[in-house]
Amino acid sequence: MNRFFTLVRRDLKMSMRQGMDNVMVIMFFVLAVILFPFGVGPEPTILARIGAGVIWVAALLSAMLSLERLFQTDFEDGSLELLALQPMALEITVFAKITVHWLTTGMALIAATPLLAIFMNVPSDGFWMLVLTLALGTPSLSLIGAIGAALILGSRRGGVLLSLLVLPLYIPILIFGVGAIDAAVSGFPIRSHLMILGGLLVAALPLCPWASAGAIRQALET
Amino acid sequence: MLYGVSTMSLFTGTDLLCFRGERVVFTDLAFAINAGDALVLRGHNGSGKSTLLRLLAGLLKAQKGDISWNGENILDEPEQHNQRLHYVGHLDPIKPVLTVRENISFWSELRGHENDVDAALAAFGIMFLCDVPGRFLSAGQKRRVNLARIIASPAPLWLLDEPTTALDTDAILALERAIATHRQSGGMVIASTHTDIGLDSAKTLNLDDFTPTEYAA
Repeated sequence: MNRFFTLVRRDLKMSMRQGMDNVMVIMFFVLAVILFPFGVGPEPTILARIGAGVIWVAALLSAMLSLERLFQTDFEDGSLELLALQPMALEITVFAKITVHWLTTGMALIAATPLLAIFMNVPSDGFWMLVLTLALGTPSLSLIGAIGAALILGSRRGGVLLSLLVLPLYIPILIFGVGAIDAAVSGFPIRSHLMILGGLLVAALPLCPWASAGAIRQALET
Repeated sequence: MLYGVSTMSLFTGTDLLCFRGERVVFTDLAFAINAGDALVLRGHNGSGKSTLLRLLAGLLKAQKGDISWNGENILDEPEQHNQRLHYVGHLDPIKPVLTVRENISFWSELRGHENDVDAALAAFGIMFLCDVPGRFLSAGQKRRVNLARIIASPAPLWLLDEPTTALDTDAILALERAIATHRQSGGMVIASTHTDIGLDSAKTLNLDDFTPTEYAA
């Protein structure tokens, strides 16, 4: 467990010192959302209708932007093979890296969301539901994305391949995330949506680090 | 014994066969070393020195044959095997944004030892670099840091792939001293090299001897 925190500490320290990387992801998130009022017009009712969905899609794309570097830098400088040779399971190592990814992007996206929700005229009933679904959904985005990030190791044009691999897997999270918000706004029960989102997270927690570690072992065998 | 390795401890490979792609790299390869031994791998480019070292580290799996430590296959308990080995590959995993000290102490903390970073830095004459971020290091300095990393946390088995790359004569001397100390305290060293490094009574394994005849140069 100490080793897990050692790794989390190091990665957090590195991401603090390269602060611009994370700032750029948040800037992308904000800009992508801001583009929509320009595209569909500033009609408050239209914005209120599409706001939650737009914010969710933008969050999903921003989370994916930073995924490419999740294992790539460690792979290129030999750190990853050395991490695989430490007396701890590679799955734990992978889980530590996913945790840091969520702390530096998922959390930051959630922090930026209230401002964007006001901007997109999201109804007050859906406001907290938006934050709650993102809190439940973004960890799953980091977890599932890690499988893609591990699979593209060693390939050229990894970024495009990554989005092709990962985006289809994000669809269920998107559906139930936005579904919960729509249900809250129109006064329908939200419990089932949230339970499915939670269920996806609980399933991804053990499965994704395991699958990513497998893909990394494969990449190191070359 | 510093490493808690009994004098009986034995690192062996038997009947190893490995192919990369369609090509057989080596076949029927065998070796055995004891505590305090050094094994130097020699052979042409492409004769499989790096491949063998990656097999011994457990990064690759041999298509045939066993690698065992004290008679126990290394693949049975990979984490135990990781605990007893240090691997130095072609790349130096030095993070550009972390200082030299942070880089080294990260790796020794992962191994769960109380670490002696200062002594390791001093052994390679890079004490003055300890607060310098990795991005300002030259290739030779990076290699020195990478080698200091393996001294900072003790492990009985050193697997060194061309460790002298980019090193100047002073650093090679420091490496020879480090290896000698390591062996005196019961450690083992397996190193591939093209240049001569002074290793007393080292065994040599020439990988060209194990290349299948149809591929021999």
